[in-house]
Amino acid sequence: MDKIKGKLHIVKENDVNTDIIFAGKYTYEMLSPEEMGKHTLEDFEKDYYKKISENDFIVSGSNFGCGSSREQAVTCFKGLKTGGIIAKSFSRLYFRNAINKALLVIEAPKFVDYIFANDNSQNLYVEVDSNFGTILCEGKTFRFSPLTGQALEIFSAGGLAEYTKRKLAAI
Amino acid sequence: MGKTLIQKIIEKSSEKSNVEVGEIVFVKPSMILSHDNSADISKTFEKMGPKKVFDPSKIFIALDHEVPPPDSKKALNHLMIRDFVKKYGIINFFDAGEGICHQVLPEKGLVEPSTVIFGSDSHTTTHGAFGAAGIPMGRTETASLWALGETWLKVPESFKIIIKGKAPENIFPKDVILHIIGRIGADGATYISVEFAGDYIDNMSIGGRMTFCNLSAEMGAKDAIIPVDDITREFLKGRLNRNYETLYADKDAVYAKTIEFDISNLKPQIAKPHKVDNVSDVSEVKGKKIDVFFLGTCTNGRTEDLEIAANILKGKKIKNGCRLLVYPASKEVLLECLDRGIIKTLVEAGGEINTPACGPCLGAYGGVLAPNERSLSTANRNFKGRMGCSENTEIYLASPATVALSALYGEIMEYQGE
Repeated sequence: MDKIKGKLHIVKENDVNTDIIFAGKYTYEMLSPEEMGKHTLEDFEKDYYKKISENDFIVSGSNFGCGSSREQAVTCFKGLKTGGIIAKSFSRLYFRNAINKALLVIEAPKFVDYIFANDNSQNLYVEVDSNFGTILCEGKTFRFSPLTGQALEIFSAGGLAEYTKRKLAAI
Repeated sequence: MGKTLIQKIIEKSSEKSNVEVGEIVFVKPSMILSHDNSADISKTFEKMGPKKVFDPSKIFIALDHEVPPPDSKKALNHLMIRDFVKKYGIINFFDAGEGICHQVLPEKGLVEPSTVIFGSDSHTTTHGAFGAAGIPMGRTETASLWALGETWLKVPESFKIIIKGKAPENIFPKDVILHIIGRIGADGATYISVEFAGDYIDNMSIGGRMTFCNLSAEMGAKDAIIPVDDITREFLKGRLNRNYETLYADKDAVYAKTIEFDISNLKPQIAKPHKVDNVSDVSEVKGKKIDVFFLGTCTNGRTEDLEIAANILKGKKIKNGCRLLVYPASKEVLLECLDRGIIKTLVEAGGEINTPACGPCLGAYGGVLAPNERSLSTANRNFKGRMGCSENTEIYLASPATVALSALYGEIMEYQGE
């Protein structure tokens, strides 16, 4: 994955938890990623998923994805084919699940501050380069730390399921 | 430079003779925990193409999140899990009715101190109560662990949280840990291993320690540990029937932060909607009307919790029109509470006794809220919609004493002691 261009959707809050992202009542339903996508953030805003187009980015505050270990809170964004999530920070478990599901998650607090202060933020587009760690927005460039090492290997394999499959095949 | 406890535990669980904070290492857990999500995990596992699980004795599955199953889809999940258990010869499987995974794991002697336990549940931090590193994972990672028996970890920095002072008679571990979460914040310990210490911890019951380590997940901690002492050994006696190593942090271990709390004057605490770190004195919200009272969960569903509630409710009736849901954390807890008349007291007071399981904590079944309802609960999360309905609902979190006393009045009350 190199450059992704998408529209921004702002969730201007801190501590957006996994229950809000993907409600507990669905966690033991066996759903496809696409079906999960339709429940994305529904307790935050009804039919939220309808706003999201392929490659769009969600922008949020600190501690995004806190709470439960539920992976569907990551997979639902994959189901919607989003470009990824840009936040001030993520919960540990959410960040790890995102790598394991190959969802692009970007910690860029200065970019988020810039967007939160921007009156026109819901109409903005970004171009994200996940290899070089740059976000291009309104002619400005914001930097973030791209994945490295083990995390990058898993992400690049398309997620941990594929990574483990290859590892097992090689044994 | 001395080493922290988590550093030593990860070192012991890796193939390295020395690990540094910040280093990424491969870790072999002593146990991998999961629950009803094992149905989904087993599907992912089989897609990875393994011929077998890496070690059938190191996989622990307890059914608890949808017990008894509320519909045929959830019943089918359980069936899939039972089939998987048979097919791969999983030894530590605990079927519906045995209790909540975090309660059953230690009760069955399956938590080994000074080892790493990975769990496909965010409250896996609970097992730090036994000197283990309980580290939460997601479903895909759990599937990968079933196949490979190891995964990578970054050796975390540590906080040392020291709790001093003698708690007033009306203050319980839940009050103290809510107070700490309120101060540290929902992300204040993100990526951090929390080590608890101090007189208050030294004298705390195993149940209280489990409440502490369990709720540390709500300040973002990677894990939370209370080092092994005589209280731990007493609990493990007759349960963990083999020798185990006990590791301790070095005296000159380096902590990212050392935080002290004196709880001598603490008042009953409550987490208000919709965040667990939105904590205040109970007195601030006194008189707030409540519809559903909930006693139970991996946080506060143990015998000592239900006993505190029973002592308050004995010979009395909960407020007419309110409901009191009781979910003992395990079969062992239920049997003990039956023996000691605790269940009888709770039923006579108007409580509804349920199968040992998670109940409405995660909002999927068994007492979920209706629109416009408010709950006061001993559980661990008060996120909007957490108890199954987001339409103008609210959840308050407090100690079993606060919940029981408030149930008598149908509104939030401050427990002053006996």
